[in-house]
Amino acid sequence: MASLSALFIVFMKIGLVSFGGGYSVIALMEREAISRSWLAEGQFQELVSVAGTAPGPIATNAATLIGYDAAGIGGAIAATAGIVLPSLLIMILLASVCLRLFDKKLVKSSLYGLRAVVTGIIAYSALHFGFLSHRTSFFTWQTIATLMICAGALIGIVRFKLHPVMIVLASGLAGIVLF
Amino acid sequence: MVRMREKVVLFYRLFSVFFRIGPSTFGGGYAMIPIMEKEIIVKRGWLTPEEMGNAISIAGSAPGGVGINAAAFIGYRVAGMPGAVAAVAGMTMPTFIIVCLLSLFYSLFAHQAKLAAALKGIHGAVIALIFIAVFKMAKTALFDRTTKLVAAAALGLLSFTSVNQLAVIIGGIGIGMIAVAVKEKLGIRARTEKESPPRQAQALVYPEYYI
Repeated sequence: MASLSALFIVFMKIGLVSFGGGYSVIALMEREAISRSWLAEGQFQELVSVAGTAPGPIATNAATLIGYDAAGIGGAIAATAGIVLPSLLIMILLASVCLRLFDKKLVKSSLYGLRAVVTGIIAYSALHFGFLSHRTSFFTWQTIATLMICAGALIGIVRFKLHPVMIVLASGLAGIVLF
Repeated sequence: MVRMREKVVLFYRLFSVFFRIGPSTFGGGYAMIPIMEKEIIVKRGWLTPEEMGNAISIAGSAPGGVGINAAAFIGYRVAGMPGAVAAVAGMTMPTFIIVCLLSLFYSLFAHQAKLAAALKGIHGAVIALIFIAVFKMAKTALFDRTTKLVAAAALGLLSFTSVNQLAVIIGGIGIGMIAVAVKEKLGIRARTEKESPPRQAQALVYPEYYI
């Protein structure tokens, strides 16, 4: 059993750096959860897939699932509260300090680099989450089938503008057929 | 006493409005922005369209999901700190309950081969959703050589070294600020945002990088 305070603090740290929404912290979350043995190797991909089947931000959902897995319902509450708390505090601070903040030149020039660096981090998250985290050889049936489903989902979203729920359902069915 | 009761009603209203918006955010926060506008601006009149635009743009730049951030901001503007807590609790609770139920369901059927295969398929779809987020973000964030280099450097550093993610973020912000300052010293016009076509300026249009 993981301690509730450890879950709370680790997810609070993750929440603090989750610029650009939850996708940028997926790789970080995996490293933290596995190094503290809250999850077994390979379990993370499954958990995030479960998180993807629920509404709401994927990182918050994943935090809830990891907390639940590590320490039951108390763990789920601790991890979720931890990842949400920095957002709450920072937004209260921003809302109370000034709304005009975003016209300031210094803020604009720091957002200039921040957006770029977060783009790179999310790209890393996608690659890491998708293909780099397991140490098995790259050209397996697993990788090829995952690539096929990923390509199909991309076409479904971009070309046919399908709703994410449809994409998740269809890829689940495709998984049953392919794996 | 009357004012106290009014306040409690307001907290409850904030909670319930965001409780209803929360589960509609399937596949990321940007999906709920139109729903939020309808509830907050049109139905409740809590914010003007301009304030809402500010709220969303600040929410998209702070750490965390844009939905939860916007809820905190709006809750604070409407009813102070307890309002922010009520709004965020409302936003988080429905998905929290759904995820806990899913987890229970998953642990009951974890040994089923079909469920494991379905999850492997969904893994592929989640990768696609993250790639879409990358493209959307790249479209607004990477518009000159500096931003492209910073993004590539972040990807490279994280892939091939064990450098801390926070250090990468701080480095990116620092390089961006230095680049803007140097360009201004050299007399080059420094853009810090992608220029949007003028027709977009009329309506409430949000950049596409919100996730």
